[in-house]
Amino acid sequence: MKIVATKPKMLTDAHMHYCPGCTHGIVHRLIAEVLEELGKTDNAIGIMPVGCAVFGYNYFNCDMYQAAHGRAPSVASGVRRVVNPDNIIFCYQGDGDLASIGMAETVHACMRGENITVIFINNQIYGMTGGQMAPTTMPGEKATTCIYGRDPKVYGNPVHMSEMLATLTGPAYIERVACFDVAHVRKAKAAIKKAFQIQMAKKGLSFIEVLANCPTNYHMTPLDSMNFVKTKGCEFYPLGVYKDITTEENK
Amino acid sequence: MKKLWKGNEAIAEAAVAAGCRYFFGYPITPQNEIPEYMSWRLFEVGGAFIQAESEVSAINMVYGAAGAGARAMTSSSSPGISLKQEGISYIAGADLPCVIVNMMRSGPGLGGIQPAQGDYFQATKGGGHGDYHCIVFAPSTVQEFVDITYRAFDVADEYKNPVMIIGDGMLGQMMESAEIPPMRDLSTLPNKDSWAACGHSDGKQRLINSIRFEADELEAFNDYLFKKYEKIAEKETRYEEYYNEDAEYVFVAYGSVARICKAAVMELRQEGIKAGLIRPITLYPYPSKVINDTAKKHGVKKFITVEMSKGQMVEDVRLAVNGLKPVEFYGRCGGNVMMPADLVKFVKEGK
Amino acid sequence: MKIIISGFGGQGVLSLGKFISYSAIEENLNTSWLPSYGPEMRGGTANCSVIYSAEEIAAPVIDKPDVLIAFNEPSLAKFENSVVPGGVIIINSDIVHTKTTRKDVKFYEIPVDTLASAINKRGANVYMLGALLPIFKDITVEAATKAIEHVFESKPKVIPANIECLKAGCEYMTKLVK
Repeated sequence: MKIVATKPKMLTDAHMHYCPGCTHGIVHRLIAEVLEELGKTDNAIGIMPVGCAVFGYNYFNCDMYQAAHGRAPSVASGVRRVVNPDNIIFCYQGDGDLASIGMAETVHACMRGENITVIFINNQIYGMTGGQMAPTTMPGEKATTCIYGRDPKVYGNPVHMSEMLATLTGPAYIERVACFDVAHVRKAKAAIKKAFQIQMAKKGLSFIEVLANCPTNYHMTPLDSMNFVKTKGCEFYPLGVYKDITTEENK
Repeated sequence: MKKLWKGNEAIAEAAVAAGCRYFFGYPITPQNEIPEYMSWRLFEVGGAFIQAESEVSAINMVYGAAGAGARAMTSSSSPGISLKQEGISYIAGADLPCVIVNMMRSGPGLGGIQPAQGDYFQATKGGGHGDYHCIVFAPSTVQEFVDITYRAFDVADEYKNPVMIIGDGMLGQMMESAEIPPMRDLSTLPNKDSWAACGHSDGKQRLINSIRFEADELEAFNDYLFKKYEKIAEKETRYEEYYNEDAEYVFVAYGSVARICKAAVMELRQEGIKAGLIRPITLYPYPSKVINDTAKKHGVKKFITVEMSKGQMVEDVRLAVNGLKPVEFYGRCGGNVMMPADLVKFVKEGK
Repeated sequence: MKIIISGFGGQGVLSLGKFISYSAIEENLNTSWLPSYGPEMRGGTANCSVIYSAEEIAAPVIDKPDVLIAFNEPSLAKFENSVVPGGVIIINSDIVHTKTTRKDVKFYEIPVDTLASAINKRGANVYMLGALLPIFKDITVEAATKAIEHVFESKPKVIPANIECLKAGCEYMTKLVK
């Protein structure tokens, strides 16, 4: 029988705990595929968040850290000072972790231009704790702590992380991608690859925001949740490159 | 060679000599000389310094650097140490070595910037969440700061445990003659390759982690930690006895306050009153045995615990004395420092 | 020897204390220098407690100083009653015009700003260091000179004028003490 696809060696055989239809699994795979293609599986170091990806260290075949909630960029900054500059370091964080409790750590790691890659899973909800409002929950979107939908007058406004971080001098590359169909998964992979290449070139911090879904807490089928991201999600959080020093350098 | 060193700067240089190459901090009085010194010194020796955006971030940088196998350190003062407690708990939970300095100031809240000892409970009884302890040293002179900082990194590595060194604004700001030990040869430091997550290519994952969702797994880890603490208590407990052989009135005090007690002991003895001092050098593990042994001595009339707080260590003294003798307390707060004469008066009036 | 030095921030109060400690180290004595710190640094009153001794130094705080050096009026008022009987109070008489009420101490008025400025405009605290040596007795001019050389290591140009100030202060006080 001809083998047409295999699981990347970078991923362990552990059974993923993510809900059916969740994009975490896709993004894990993309990271693993890209690191393999770049020949960087040997010395990569991953920093996992608190949130749905808290057990992410079970799935990657490399040295891993489980960081306190929101502190992954700080942990990565400490690791960065100690290890070989050629070691790839990636933080993998959700929206509650990165954009709420870890906002200061995120912004300041970007300001320092740490030579790391941050993968930001933005599904607009706290998944692990059961569907509470996130800093990225869109106006009108329902959550267990805003059951009638987010009213910005009551609950405040959501944050556009990629746009905000792009105003800083420190980051080298910022792109928002999505995984709701094959074409976009490919684009996401290209973005993640570029992010790691920028790190390998020691150009500084690369930040990939993945617009993700949460079928369980959206109370939708996987397909409906993908469509929700494709329509409402992409409308509010437009996909695209927000910062790229490599094109700026070429100008 | 002996030189005049400011307490804070002596700690910083002693840490460098001990092989510390990574420091992560945030400004707060009265410990600023430590990050200031490290900000230029570490780059001279091939290390690195980050002025973090917060104490929370700084301690998590320590988590990262320690997890990657380095000798890493942070320092702060009381309100900043409160912010670090989350990270310290994670460091304990991930079984990592590091050194944390707390130059205590008065509290609660923002409090004041003058010396205090109100963080004894926080330092010795946990501080952050969960069942864990830091190893806590309380030096009382600049030279002892140097010697303990130098050793603290070895102790932290040996037991894979966070070590906290507590002083106060007085000790941090004062200058005394001290000698820094020779620079450690980094190649002689403990090999951490079996567990440090610094990017291995041998196919065996090193994991720095404090999450244990299975009750039995976590309980086993708690048991492991407390077995470790028993060993630490057996091997690392330190104290100084000062005129304690024939003392009738025994002061118990640590840090700068112990020095004030020493002066009071001398004054009392000049007046024919047999005073002595037990000075815990480790606050965790606590030198309960020497206190209990002293309490059993027939000649001992009472213990006087002296602290710059409303009475925190006194609880451990009472536990150690276990009702054998009266335990009294003298404390000053808010940044006020007691004078030897205050203690002489307290003993004479209570006699 | 227990010394309290007190005055306004910016008068060199803390530096004078450090000079004493550096000099004591040159004599192989134990020493401690404890500053008041905090808001005082921003122009209020500043003081420091300096101890030197051949023995281990116990308390770095001083409740009964052997010597008080007051660079302003509030400092004299605050500390004069704490000086040990038979102790020494020195005032900078360019600024302090009140005399001590104590009868049981030696009291010296030194117009240190005036005297020093003839040699070195910024040398008042070094002049005062020189003036203290005849009182201390166990710190030599040589040790204090070495301390000055050490403290001003990075500014060698100012060393000669400061040493001159030191010696002048010492000579001035030697005459008064006699």
